[in-house]
Amino acid sequence: MLIVHSADRVELTPNTAKVFPRTLPDCGPTFRTHSMAADVPTRIAQTFADLRSARKMAFMPFVTAGDPDMPTTGALIRELASRGVDLIEVGFPYSDPIADGPVIQSSYTRALQKKLTVPQIFHEIASLDTANLPPLVAMVSYAIIFRIGTERFIKQAQDAGFAGFIIPDLPGDEAAEMHALVTGAGLDLIQLVAPTTPRERVQQIVQHCSGFVYCIAVAGTTGARDTLAAPLVEQLTWLKQETQLPLAVGFGLSKPEQLAPIQGLADGAIVGSAIVRHLEACTQPGAKLADVMQRVGEYAATMVTAAHRA
Amino acid sequence: MPAATKNVPDAQGRFGEFGRRFVPETLMHALEELTAEYERAKTDPEFQRELADLYKHYVGRPSPLYFAERLTEYAGGAKIYFKREDLNLTGAHKINNTLGQVLLTKRMGKTRVIAETGAGQHGVATATACARFGLPCVVYMGEEDVRRQKLNVFIMRMMGAEVRPVTSGSRTLRDAINEAMRDWMASVEDTHYILGSVVGPHPFPMIVRDFQAVIGNECRQQCLDQLGRLPDEVIACVGGGSNSAGIFYPFIEDRTVALTGVEAGGRGPNPGDHASPLSYGVKGILHGSYSYVLQDADGQTLDVHSISAGLDYPGVGPEHSYWKDTGRVTYTAMEDDAALATYQIVARQEGILPAIESSHAVAQAIENAKKRSPSDVIVVCLSGRGDKDVYEVARLTGQDI
Repeated sequence: MLIVHSADRVELTPNTAKVFPRTLPDCGPTFRTHSMAADVPTRIAQTFADLRSARKMAFMPFVTAGDPDMPTTGALIRELASRGVDLIEVGFPYSDPIADGPVIQSSYTRALQKKLTVPQIFHEIASLDTANLPPLVAMVSYAIIFRIGTERFIKQAQDAGFAGFIIPDLPGDEAAEMHALVTGAGLDLIQLVAPTTPRERVQQIVQHCSGFVYCIAVAGTTGARDTLAAPLVEQLTWLKQETQLPLAVGFGLSKPEQLAPIQGLADGAIVGSAIVRHLEACTQPGAKLADVMQRVGEYAATMVTAAHRA
Repeated sequence: MPAATKNVPDAQGRFGEFGRRFVPETLMHALEELTAEYERAKTDPEFQRELADLYKHYVGRPSPLYFAERLTEYAGGAKIYFKREDLNLTGAHKINNTLGQVLLTKRMGKTRVIAETGAGQHGVATATACARFGLPCVVYMGEEDVRRQKLNVFIMRMMGAEVRPVTSGSRTLRDAINEAMRDWMASVEDTHYILGSVVGPHPFPMIVRDFQAVIGNECRQQCLDQLGRLPDEVIACVGGGSNSAGIFYPFIEDRTVALTGVEAGGRGPNPGDHASPLSYGVKGILHGSYSYVLQDADGQTLDVHSISAGLDYPGVGPEHSYWKDTGRVTYTAMEDDAALATYQIVARQEGILPAIESSHAVAQAIENAKKRSPSDVIVVCLSGRGDKDVYEVARLTGQDI
């Protein structure tokens, strides 16, 4: 469903989200209140609404900020956008990422060994003309957000052009304050649902969630798996009865054929480690960045095709 | 700020503002399940009887409260007593917690145990408790610590535990905790994670404190029985903070008893040279809990250093942060050199080899005793024995073994 607010800023094309302005200055300061924000589709909500009406699934790749360096991350984001991905998750390297498997951990370690800082991430993202890119979602540990200061971090992320946040170590029970601040700024706070989440916990989680629900496909850390568990299909089925929010599946996905079983149930697919693995190649002697970029681009294109298959 | 109370944490796991749960959703259900099971166990007389029986006949509790007469003469001031946790089975206080948590594992019907370890003392205590109850056990240990603590690695393997070296990050205790949490995320249906200190997400800081409080409860009663009064001061070393939490907690509302926690001061107060988050750290999130932590301006965990692998941790239990901010406990830092000197002094004055961790607390006790009158009483938690440290002490003092 597409909600039209003022004719001058909405074009009713499948690409609406990509030209939807990030900030809405003509709405005035009241736009930033919680209740108003709920009435205005965020960039993320708009993206999923458009895809739903076109009966397509979103494809959302993950890239590590600063691996091998921030200019390459910027170039990678542009490459992925040119291949038609629908959203891009940007991982903020963290020293103690307990939710991540070996591929993303190593990527974070590489970036931090080069002294990557949060201001450097914001600086590069701000240079990207994000209004004309797919919505960027920051995947960032609460340890980082808390240290920088919640409101300050949200403001800096918004100014840089981020559309929302995934905070893997801020479960629904602890997220009330963060959710109010993020949605108050007109952005989204995505919450995760795990295979171990009992159905009776789901309302506690989704009450502090917006944009989409991140459905963890397998118990454990991030990283490609050969098969997705049958209980995932069952969980997606009952989740659709619990929430109207789009459901995006991540953890363990890497191949186009893995999307078929969740087609029609999930609204999006997230791939992290399979993309980040390509970045490892940058560390090899004689590796050419252009080749890595090309391989990531081609891989993303096959995933987009699979996800957009009606 | 109101005075510290024993009536913490609340249902959300808060000690004042500290604690709570900052973990991936995948673990939330297991933490809720553990909280509920622990609440039932706490009021189950059969559980308490079984644990008390193990403490008495298997561990050798109560551990003695011992008057360190020659050390007292050496210090020249207040009387120094040792609470002898070094005499427990496995040679440290860690067994108090692992036996309690293995009983919880059985109650929850879980069939596999994982643990992290730094110096190896918690790993050995977990391997011991698992051997006693026939549970398979995997211990995560930083590759660097595996190298430094060969003796404990051997003991764990003798007891049937699998020791998995951790090669990520700094390859020490904090990475071992990361790896244990990752294992738990994938195995949570049949596995219990026996965390070794009063750190991590709720309910771990509460559960570990409660099991370790046997130290303080015994100690408080022994003071009344042997001295006819409470001590003037209780001193314990603080890494994650389990032996200190265990001995302090029963004294929290005894306002006349001064409580002093001693952190690892390492080589000095510069970042990377110590492991003293309460002395030099900031409020932040680490390993699922909100507490004082050693972080840079972006929230990245800083590297730490200590002569003692058991205190070599960039975070600290949330209850210690609460005690610090309420002013109930005074936290200090003792440097490597002082701990190393004290290790040798205690050996010569008392015929006791204290763990290098405990030596930090004894060093502070000697210093504080000098400022007190001979009628005052200081109790030090001698949290473990120092056999495991002989290779490191020999190396640092230029001797051969």
